[in-house]
Amino acid sequence: MAIVKTERHPDMPPPVSQTGVIGWMRENLFSTPLNIVLTVVSIYIAYSALSGLISYAFINANFAGETRDDCTGTGACWVFIKARFGQNMYGFYPVEDRWRVDVGYILGAIGLFMVLSDWFKNKKWAAIYMFAIYPIVCYFLFYGGTFGLTQVETSEWGGLFLTLVLASVSIFVALPLGIVLALGRRSEMPVVRLLCVGFIELIRGVPLITVLFMASVMLPLFLPEGVNFDKLVRALVGMSLFSAAYMAEVVRGGLQAIPKGQMEAANSLGLGYWKAMGLIILPQALKISIPSIVNTFIGLFKDTTLVLIIGLLDLLSVVKAGTTDKEWLGMATEGYVFVAAVFWVFCFGMSRYSIWLENKLHTGHKR
Amino acid sequence: MTTDVQGLGAGDSKLRDPRVRAVIYQVLVIAIFVAFVAYVGHNTAVNLEKRGIASGFGFLSQPSGFGIGIVLLMDYSSQTSTHFDVLLIGIINTLAVSLSGIFLATIIGFVFGVLRLSKNWVVNKIAAVYIEVVRNIPLLVQLLFWYFAVLGVMPLVKNSFTLGESFLINNRGIYFPSIIPTSGFWLIPVAMLVAIVLWVAIGKWARKRQDLTGETFPVFWAGLGVFIALPVIAAFVMGLPYDIGSPTLGRFNISGGWALEPEFLALLIGLAVYTGAFIAEIVRSGINSVSHGQTEAAHSLGIRPSRTMRLVILPQALRVIVPPLTSQYLNLVKNSSLATAIGYADITAIFAGTSLNQTGQAIEVIGITMLFYLSISLIISMFMNWYNKRIALVER
Repeated sequence: MAIVKTERHPDMPPPVSQTGVIGWMRENLFSTPLNIVLTVVSIYIAYSALSGLISYAFINANFAGETRDDCTGTGACWVFIKARFGQNMYGFYPVEDRWRVDVGYILGAIGLFMVLSDWFKNKKWAAIYMFAIYPIVCYFLFYGGTFGLTQVETSEWGGLFLTLVLASVSIFVALPLGIVLALGRRSEMPVVRLLCVGFIELIRGVPLITVLFMASVMLPLFLPEGVNFDKLVRALVGMSLFSAAYMAEVVRGGLQAIPKGQMEAANSLGLGYWKAMGLIILPQALKISIPSIVNTFIGLFKDTTLVLIIGLLDLLSVVKAGTTDKEWLGMATEGYVFVAAVFWVFCFGMSRYSIWLENKLHTGHKR
Repeated sequence: MTTDVQGLGAGDSKLRDPRVRAVIYQVLVIAIFVAFVAYVGHNTAVNLEKRGIASGFGFLSQPSGFGIGIVLLMDYSSQTSTHFDVLLIGIINTLAVSLSGIFLATIIGFVFGVLRLSKNWVVNKIAAVYIEVVRNIPLLVQLLFWYFAVLGVMPLVKNSFTLGESFLINNRGIYFPSIIPTSGFWLIPVAMLVAIVLWVAIGKWARKRQDLTGETFPVFWAGLGVFIALPVIAAFVMGLPYDIGSPTLGRFNISGGWALEPEFLALLIGLAVYTGAFIAEIVRSGINSVSHGQTEAAHSLGIRPSRTMRLVILPQALRVIVPPLTSQYLNLVKNSSLATAIGYADITAIFAGTSLNQTGQAIEVIGITMLFYLSISLIISMFMNWYNKRIALVER
């Protein structure tokens, strides 16, 4: 007697142990004994780190108050940051003139939006605004001395404002200089090539501090008598030269990725070197090196903290000076955590942007 | 490049020839460069004379006259030692922190790079958080954090944390027992050397045997056993030829034992943690670059996962890893100059800092410092290029 089923057995759902949350956990967290141990240990580490952080930064922390006496909790005392917030952001920029910095920020944000956003189509005007008009406006706005604005010496600039000034001026100088150096390095003229290679490798082989030392100690010796820059300009010269060398290598990478045929095609159309470079090669080379340029800028942004060593009052040095204030002793952790958080937000944002940009620009090569 | 058609029209002179132009441009560049150097040199000479700053390297033999916190391998006294000694101490200290930093950062980087690739979600995310947090915070902030916020809040000497009897942790560093050699101690280092030679020999023998018979031999464990056993035997043969110097707490100070100063520790931890995060990303992308088919092929041949990693994946990944790893090592050496911010006596802090301030000879001092970093960069890249060549794909 044969038992023959005439109907198809209905499809059963896969066993619970292999799907959904449980299946995922079995697959990803508890697949082998070693994996189980790893999971348990790392959950414990993550839990203790997170709970420690939260109780330090929020639960046991002090937020309200004005002075050191208000720091009663066992956790962080954010009163310290709050009390000195203005100084951390603007340094010793006169309080009644701080609106000028804010206006500069707003104008810069508008410019960045025009350059970066897809909504704003007229990139030519955006570029003219951002790279020609905006720097001049900023100079008069921040330094003053004309148009009824009081003059604010650069020694009074500080805090996050100075950090942003250092980073943006350096990148503004370093990018064109880096392009020139990269072209020089790929030049067919041996003298030009040698000079460019020498400069790039010299700068890349030494730490930024020595370049800054050189700018702050040796630059005054190199200039004719009576000519003297202030400290900020000297630091800017050092930072710009330093990042130009790194920028040159990034741009060179982009140039190398452009097939030789492009240059030959441009030449056969009758374009000379500069026209071929400006119209054909550089637009393509710069486009593919944008993500690396952003990464270099992140490095440059982090490196601005080194001006602490030559005595400029950027965000880090203002906070560090604050931690040695007699009325606020013992606030080192709060101070450095605050600086770290500010830098992290900026750098993490930029690195995400660079990843997004890389994906967006990755057209044409995608399979 | 030659876009101009030569010989077109009599009016076109030689100036149209790109080769002639190139020569003219280069002569111009040289002229501008020479003029610039001469101008700067002239200004410098005038300025130096005006300020009464001596030039030349005579200052190197003058007494330095300042104290240095951390002195390794040398005798130093502020009265008799010269600026040249300062330079040497700076170089030794820079090398000490750089080499130990490279060692630690490599371990951290490889561990977290592999963890970042783990299929275990929790482990993976912990590694990701470490990498993303550390990479996006300036190194100087991290160094100051380690120095002032972590090591700076360690207890005073009289309230030191103690681990067991002889480990002390306080705001002057970590103290641990020292080994003071007595007569007959020479046999222990000799035993270590012999053990290393044996280790290499075992490796060679095992490889030969594997080539002949196909049988494998646990070279690492055997070698490690020899490396531990031989010195221990040597110590017992010579009747324990050393004294242990435990750090003991005095009224104001600690005597005996060895110490790691907080400046060194902060710099070492900061450099290793920071560079380790970058190395982890390099390791991750290197391992990712090896096609998954390699793993599958190895598994289908019956090779265990750990051995697949060691014998199949890593050798191929290393080819991708080594060049960026080299530049991270170079970065670490260069970043060790941040020591000057926390007072570790490296070459930038004591030579390009204090010596420069005392003598005022900026050009010579900065020149020597830059030359030192340049040669270190050169040596490391030469070594890594040699290593890279050794592991590179040998194509027929």
